[in-house]
Amino acid sequence: MTPDLMKAGAQAMAEHERRVVALGTASGGREASYGSVVHEGELDVRHGPILYLDDITVSFDGFKALNALSLAIEAGELRCIIGPNGAGKTTMMDVITGKTRPDVGKAFFGSTIDLLRLRENEIASAGIGRKFQKPTVFEHLTVFENLELALKADRGVRASLFFRLSGEQLDRIGAMLTLIHLKDSAQRTAGLLSHGQKQWLEIGMLLMQDPKLLLLDEPVAGMTDEETERTAELFLSLEGNHSLVVVEHDMKFVGELTQNGRNGKKVTVLHEGSVLAEGLLSEVQANEKVIEVYLGR
Amino acid sequence: MSALPNEPLTPTLSPVPGAREASRPHSLSRLRDRAGVRAGVLAALIAVVVLAPILNLVVPADSVFHLSDFGVQLTAKIMCYAICALAMDLIWGYTGILSLGHGVFFALGGYAMGMYLMRQIGRDGQYHMDMPDFMVFLNWKEYPWHWALSDSFVAQMLLVVLAPGLLAFVFGFFAFRSRIKGVYFSIITQAMTFAAMLLFFRNETGFGGNNGFTDFKRILGVPIATPQMRMVLFVLTGLVLVGFYLMARAIVGSKFGRVLQAIRDAESRVMFTGYDPLRYKLAIWTLSAVMCGIAGALYVPQVGIINPSEMTPAASIEIAIWTAVGGRATLIGPIVGAFFVNGAKSWFTQVFPEFWLYFLGALFIAVTLFLPHGIVGLFRRRKEERS
Repeated sequence: MTPDLMKAGAQAMAEHERRVVALGTASGGREASYGSVVHEGELDVRHGPILYLDDITVSFDGFKALNALSLAIEAGELRCIIGPNGAGKTTMMDVITGKTRPDVGKAFFGSTIDLLRLRENEIASAGIGRKFQKPTVFEHLTVFENLELALKADRGVRASLFFRLSGEQLDRIGAMLTLIHLKDSAQRTAGLLSHGQKQWLEIGMLLMQDPKLLLLDEPVAGMTDEETERTAELFLSLEGNHSLVVVEHDMKFVGELTQNGRNGKKVTVLHEGSVLAEGLLSEVQANEKVIEVYLGR
Repeated sequence: MSALPNEPLTPTLSPVPGAREASRPHSLSRLRDRAGVRAGVLAALIAVVVLAPILNLVVPADSVFHLSDFGVQLTAKIMCYAICALAMDLIWGYTGILSLGHGVFFALGGYAMGMYLMRQIGRDGQYHMDMPDFMVFLNWKEYPWHWALSDSFVAQMLLVVLAPGLLAFVFGFFAFRSRIKGVYFSIITQAMTFAAMLLFFRNETGFGGNNGFTDFKRILGVPIATPQMRMVLFVLTGLVLVGFYLMARAIVGSKFGRVLQAIRDAESRVMFTGYDPLRYKLAIWTLSAVMCGIAGALYVPQVGIINPSEMTPAASIEIAIWTAVGGRATLIGPIVGAFFVNGAKSWFTQVFPEFWLYFLGALFIAVTLFLPHGIVGLFRRRKEERS
């Protein structure tokens, strides 16, 4: 506890005691009200945002990859983030997942979990899943084993040593294999999958963790048109139960995800490490500054 | 805004009929594997516990079936090496962390055992004094502090496990916490064993200097150089090797083992999946060091000497060579590699002593270039091609 907090506490206590004496009641004249209990490590989204970035700055050797970036994602929202190369999209994900520490700024998961105090694995356990730009799966393990490792369970050494799959967990893995269209490849080594299949496997692994917030870095890169369409469908079905942040270059895919703004889904444009514009896809596409950045002056 | 519901996952994840069967691992080939392993382990146990003692102690020396004392000693020595190779495989083959300093753990276990054996010599040394000869030679009047418990067998056996285990734990904690990886980690392990070697070379550290410990007479009061005692140590070593093999198999077959392989393939994905790689690496690294320490403790009474040459960088690199030659990331591979390379070494150093190092170098290059999965990988490929 810092000295100023202690001082503030002492002042509040003194004020309370003064009112108790002045008004003659134990409550000091206050009405009863409901307090809220903070559960450590538990996600609290009662105030709306599931992710809250404020004034985040990251610089590498003087170059500002993120420049006073502020962003809020509502619980259950699907937000697309677009921007030219070097706009800071991947750095932003690195900050959220604990890979990079910002020079200044705040990053909160819900209202209570301070992401800047946690390590990568703790952030993942708190409920943030991340898909990399390049599909990253465990190449020498089978598809089934990849999903088994991602399955939500105790992450400790001893728990892993004595881990046994329950029938229910087996069902979950089986259902996930069906969902990501890899049921027939369950016993294949993940390294032998095609690029698109690896992307799906990684998405499947993400979902096995049962995260509250999914960060997806160019999830449809290298996918066929059909696969892209199916991915859009999958993400749209996740919306509501999960919050998603999708970084994407493919404007067609962004259009599909936001359904071209028909249901008021927002798109954020990043440029030079901060938010350039935010709004419906059609609004953003009509924005003068955005056109300038994308097309050059 | 809608709050998140507490249901496990999306409605799309309701159980699908047949999914459980489809997701089950191929049980038939796994059962066949398991039967093969069981038969192999049983054969190894019979060979070590029944066959070797009979062939060495009962069959007369002039029979062709007689196993010579030299053969017993050589096999026992190689079995100790095989334990080291198995330990190396857990950390290198499965976790992807190449240690070039495992010799130091082997030597620490060996020295802990050696201290006890030195005390067992009693007054039968060259100087016929109570204290070990090298201490008498240095004109020491009392034991250094770390020799305080050296006449207790139990205490020294604890030290066999604790000394390498503790060194590995502390070293590993700082190295893994600082996220030192790949070739950088290999280099600092090499530096560690080299530093330890220099320390043990000095007379004043109390480990017998460059002569180390030798001239052992007894273990637990029983003469050590008899054929019977040799056979007891041989059987013990064989049992420990088989035991460690089964333990390694259980580890690799568990989810813990799969996390290790996942760390090897994509450590960042492991972290972003919620696992703390530090704990996993530290656990397997420490276990690997303890296995080497136990191998060293079994080695010393059978070979009859321990000195700082076990901590030379070359000795540690050899452990890695055995593992690579036999086949990384298979459990039988390192054992095969240890027997193959050391068998070849024993033959070469008798027949063409000057060519051994050239052969070893050529072997390592050939295996790296043509047999990335080692000798065992060669057989596996044959088997797959046939089926």
